[in-house]
Amino acid sequence: MLYRETGQFKTSYAADHAIFPIRQDRIGIAVILALAYVAIPLVASNYWLSTIMLPFLIFSLAALGLNILTGYAGQLSLGTGGFMACGAFAAYKLATAFPELHIVVVFALAGVITAGVGILFGIPSLRIKGFYLAVATLAAQFFLIWLFNRLPWFTNYSPSGVITAPPRAVFGDIFVTGAQATPIAKYLFVLTLVAVLALAAKNMTRCKIGRSWMAIRDMDIAAEIMGIRPLTAKLSAFAISSFYCGVAGALWAFIYTSSVEALAFEISRSFQILFMIIIGGLGSILGSFLGAAFIVLLPIFLSNAPGLIGIDMHVDMVTHLEFMIFGALIVFFLIVEPNGLARLWQIAKEKLRRWPFPY
Amino acid sequence: MDIFNAIFVEPFVIIAEVPLFFVEVVIGGLMAGVMYSLVALGFVLIFKASGVFNFAQGAMVLFAVLWFTGLIDDYGVNPWLAFLIAVGIMIALAFVIERLVLRPLVNQAPIILFMATIGITFFLDGFGQTIWGGNVRTLDLGIPQTPIVVGGVFVNQFDLFAAVTCGALVAALALFFQYTPTGRALRAVADDHQAAMSVGIPLKVIWVIVWSVAGIVALVAGIMWGSKLGVQFSLVLVALKALPVLILGGFTSVPGAIVGGLIIGTGEKVAEVFWGDAFGGAIEDWFAYMLAMVFLLFRPQGLFGEPIIERV
Repeated sequence: MLYRETGQFKTSYAADHAIFPIRQDRIGIAVILALAYVAIPLVASNYWLSTIMLPFLIFSLAALGLNILTGYAGQLSLGTGGFMACGAFAAYKLATAFPELHIVVVFALAGVITAGVGILFGIPSLRIKGFYLAVATLAAQFFLIWLFNRLPWFTNYSPSGVITAPPRAVFGDIFVTGAQATPIAKYLFVLTLVAVLALAAKNMTRCKIGRSWMAIRDMDIAAEIMGIRPLTAKLSAFAISSFYCGVAGALWAFIYTSSVEALAFEISRSFQILFMIIIGGLGSILGSFLGAAFIVLLPIFLSNAPGLIGIDMHVDMVTHLEFMIFGALIVFFLIVEPNGLARLWQIAKEKLRRWPFPY
Repeated sequence: MDIFNAIFVEPFVIIAEVPLFFVEVVIGGLMAGVMYSLVALGFVLIFKASGVFNFAQGAMVLFAVLWFTGLIDDYGVNPWLAFLIAVGIMIALAFVIERLVLRPLVNQAPIILFMATIGITFFLDGFGQTIWGGNVRTLDLGIPQTPIVVGGVFVNQFDLFAAVTCGALVAALALFFQYTPTGRALRAVADDHQAAMSVGIPLKVIWVIVWSVAGIVALVAGIMWGSKLGVQFSLVLVALKALPVLILGGFTSVPGAIVGGLIIGTGEKVAEVFWGDAFGGAIEDWFAYMLAMVFLLFRPQGLFGEPIIERV
């Protein structure tokens, strides 16, 4: 009843092409942003902000990146962790080599460097596709992690191989990295970056470049015949996806954990992000966020659940059971809704529009 | 110039000076390659018959060998009996997977099936360790790991045993595929699902058989790897090494899995021993993947894979 677009007439092309053509959606997104900017910082404790909201936002960003590559351009990649590591170490080298550089510029440059690396490892995608490509991206994953582990130059010759983020401020003395940074400042900074980048991603997927990605995904030969250059389309998808993953990696290293080693971006990280976009929904911006929320919250829920219902279990046992339930849930989700949580939301919207009539 | 020297001159000097050492490294690599082939074999079987890229093969390796060692260690079961029970478990697993995972997902996109097998991976990792615990177990088959001298070259006895077992397994599988009615049905399904169904081959039964065979291959691979590295979680990671092997050999070719394994195993060992120092060591971690990636640029369907024909 509330969600019905009857009576909302569009009188200009601009209105017709708006991101959220329905008024209720615009209100909804405004409410979500207001909640995220005002309500959560007021209500949430530091623990919630720094152990749930921060990883959720950063994972969402990485999932957005992978969704651009896999969901929109159809290039299956298992190298997300490697690209995140690339962003993290690029940001570290930039921040320590040019201390006067603004932190936002550092993150952007780290993203650009990762985009370059992404293009390099995306070149095989011009020849190979599908699962073959997925294995080829594993080369990126293992090679990059090995590189950052082995070459001490990347960690500024730190003996433990761990990089620690130097303290940096956004405006004046509002620190977002290092020891003085408060969780709220970190949260708002990450939230702003993620919101801006998500908006950019949404717009990219609606314009020419995004359409060429989707054409390549649906059938690359047909797209090529229609005049879309596979070279530009595929490599731009790799570049932009890697940019997002790189920024996410830099945020992970600088703001979430503040000190990190290359092993934090192992192959399991790549799988984690792949899960997010599959469960959230391939080829959906909203899906990236839903999937990230699901994957971040589920383990927390699972490890607390036995305590809540009063069963005392060994820690090892809980971890193993978590694995089991996680695996079973993924299979369950795929069977029930292979198009992910975003599709569920879409179905709900369709139903709401027609409510109370069945069709 | 130092790095140039270390990459292009020194390794060849060493090879020329001590050719026997080179032969030893190559043989060691071939033996390791046989083990990779064993894991890759399971992947190929399932991919051929059902078009599913079975990521869970690694988890199946761990799961199978956990049952095998668990039964021997904790309950004192005779190894042969334990082997039979483990085979039974893997067949039961094939039934369950077919019924609960594959059947509801019929006609879904390959990536969805691939993701489902990742789900199975997590489930099996958790399930095996819930039952048998997460500790590292040792598995002793009674075959010494000491080297013996064959024609002036040192060969690890255990590697030799693994190679022979693998060879026997491949021969048995080849005979099974070639001469039994079931094997013929399997090949028919691999060739063309719909045509196979139209002549009355029950696809569901075939899937169970294929997953069972892959499970048994996983058990053998697990016993080999387990007695070499200890039965532990990291066995799952070994399975990741089977992926470049697959790429090299082609997803649909059993001989490809064997040859690919041998190439990867040898290439990796030779690169590590002779070129490792030039790059700072541990290049084993990524060498196989890089080799596979470069290889793919020139031959996208792998060594023995069917040529990829695409139509709009």
